[in-house]
Amino acid sequence: MTIAAKFEIEYLQYLDAEGKQVRDDLPEFAKDLDHMVELYKLMLSTRVFDAKSIALQRTGKLGTYASCLGHEAAHVGIGSAMKPEDVYAPSYREYGAQLYRGVQPREVYMYWGGDERGNDYQKEPARHDFAWSVPIATQCLHAAGSALAFKIRGEKRVAVCTIGDGGSSKGDFYGAINIAGAQNLPLVCVIVNNQWAISVPRKIQSGAPTLAQKGIAAGLFSIQVDGNDIIAVRKAMEDALERARSGQGGSVIEAVTYRLGDHTTADDARRYRGEQEVKDGWEKEPMKRLRKWLVAKKVWDDAKEEAWKAECDEWMDNEVNAYLETRTQPVSAMFDYIFAEVPADLAKQRDYVLSLENQLESKKGH
Amino acid sequence: MAQITLIEAVTQALAYEMAHDDSVVVLGEDVGVNGGVFRATQGLQEKFGELRVLDTPLDETTIAGVTVGLAVQGMKPVAEAQFEGFIYPMMEQIACHAARMRNRTRGRLTVPAVFRAPWGGGIRAPEHHSEANEHLFTNIPGLRVVMPSSPARAYGLLLAAIRDPDPVMFFEPKRIYRQYKEEVPDDGEALPLDVCFVLRDGTDVTLVTWGAQVKEALEAADELAQQGISAEVIDVATLTPLDFDTIAESVQKTGRCVIVHEAPKTAGFGAEIAARLAEECMYDLLAPVERVTGFDTHIPLFRLEMKYMPSVERVVDAAKRTLAAS
Repeated sequence: MTIAAKFEIEYLQYLDAEGKQVRDDLPEFAKDLDHMVELYKLMLSTRVFDAKSIALQRTGKLGTYASCLGHEAAHVGIGSAMKPEDVYAPSYREYGAQLYRGVQPREVYMYWGGDERGNDYQKEPARHDFAWSVPIATQCLHAAGSALAFKIRGEKRVAVCTIGDGGSSKGDFYGAINIAGAQNLPLVCVIVNNQWAISVPRKIQSGAPTLAQKGIAAGLFSIQVDGNDIIAVRKAMEDALERARSGQGGSVIEAVTYRLGDHTTADDARRYRGEQEVKDGWEKEPMKRLRKWLVAKKVWDDAKEEAWKAECDEWMDNEVNAYLETRTQPVSAMFDYIFAEVPADLAKQRDYVLSLENQLESKKGH
Repeated sequence: MAQITLIEAVTQALAYEMAHDDSVVVLGEDVGVNGGVFRATQGLQEKFGELRVLDTPLDETTIAGVTVGLAVQGMKPVAEAQFEGFIYPMMEQIACHAARMRNRTRGRLTVPAVFRAPWGGGIRAPEHHSEANEHLFTNIPGLRVVMPSSPARAYGLLLAAIRDPDPVMFFEPKRIYRQYKEEVPDDGEALPLDVCFVLRDGTDVTLVTWGAQVKEALEAADELAQQGISAEVIDVATLTPLDFDTIAESVQKTGRCVIVHEAPKTAGFGAEIAARLAEECMYDLLAPVERVTGFDTHIPLFRLEMKYMPSVERVVDAAKRTLAAS
């Protein structure tokens, strides 16, 4: 038998579900325990942020919200590995990565609270990142196009996109990794496989034993990692970013995790998945193992945990207040950003709506 | 000065802008060595290299999505859909991202891109190579939909489209790609977007059209003139945002309007113009507005395709009906 080509997919894990280190070759960043504490703190603040978001939605102060519960290691691992000059194209729940890059919680609240200004990230480097992409996997091609721009201009920057397991079924994902392979683009595509695309389980998305192997088809370096182990995610990201930055091409990383919450606040996952599965998911969740590991290293303890949680609460309260104090945009905002300049024909529609507003105002005045 | 065809004017505009602006890149299927299946990008890869004139994998979704990414990073991509009938896989990227990026980010990210496509029928092409579907794009906010109808307007409007800070659909009527030549100075002078061009003055009836049908409209105007009827001909050129004022002014003068387009009748862009005339020019009209369009059928394969197209005769008949009505 002649073999035309042969492939394998490495699985990377440093910390198991119990926080036990399963290999000795810790990457450099993980030897810096202060840094690991920082990563843990951001994972924790992401979780506090997420709980606050759900509370806001449940009390009618937010529209539909897509929770990131259980994805903290994957998201913070991605965001913390990137350089400021890189570009990130997320889907719609990667807050852990985005907070790291300067997206403010108030902006997340504004977006899910029905205000486009939530997409107008004020702080760098998030300011040059893409906004949330609701149409599944479409953002992969925006990252590929960004990577092509970097290549054309000779910039040592990398474009990173994230999708879910469901997103890996879409042509846009394949199109992105395919052109990245063909053109040797600095693209890193992370499949955050949380096992569920709303109600559809991973096994219905694909017969492929790993989703990472889809990257092989495009000629990209491809790896599967424990997405609940931030060391594994961060290490795979660092390697992928380095390869991309030095002209060695793109990567696909499958981060295997579990969606502990509903798809969004409009969803009820009890309709389609059993309690035991969710319990198992909680056994493997990302915070516990890292906390155990840090506690064993004597750099973290309950007092620090409580103190940091209190700080996060205060931060989020500030953000929530800033969000709640944000006035609704004037109705003209609907028209003002459709084109660089409002065309005459559109201006007529804007003027009409403004006249309706003025009538309302004057009625209120009487 | 050289006389050039419409397709050569497209090439001339691309070459001019690429030479004067490093951020302009061309991408699509067969746009590189082959110079495009219609030769719109002929010679560009030799001049500007493989990265700025990029042969993409054969996937329209990829072309459109990569175009969005390039544009957000400050490039000015000119993407080619090889035929209008192949543009459907691009729709999600165009409608959900290119057209709404500026609005949804409050101006933080923008998509200064051009999506070019050879448009319409009449060249005896295979199935799916002859579509006229501009109306699918005119209903998408945030897009400009532009269609040239002469070599000079192809050059000037394409330059304007590339320089525009927002996404432009640039539909090239391939039936008149090589219909005639005219002098088009390669001076980098753009024509204005968002305005209709009055190609012929008249007093009795206004013929409103765009793209390849400008040819039939002008021929119909000649024939009407022989019968003593003075027809004004308007090339809409930029369908959206629509310069309705130019159309309204003409109809206020003539009192009659025939709208001519190749796309199917129902909910074609002619319906929008007719509705606007009803809203804003009702009392100027001396006769019902007429539409001469493709039918609500798929454009037939080529043995019958010219039966589908608005013909000079149909335009003349419609114009005469508007005169008979008043």
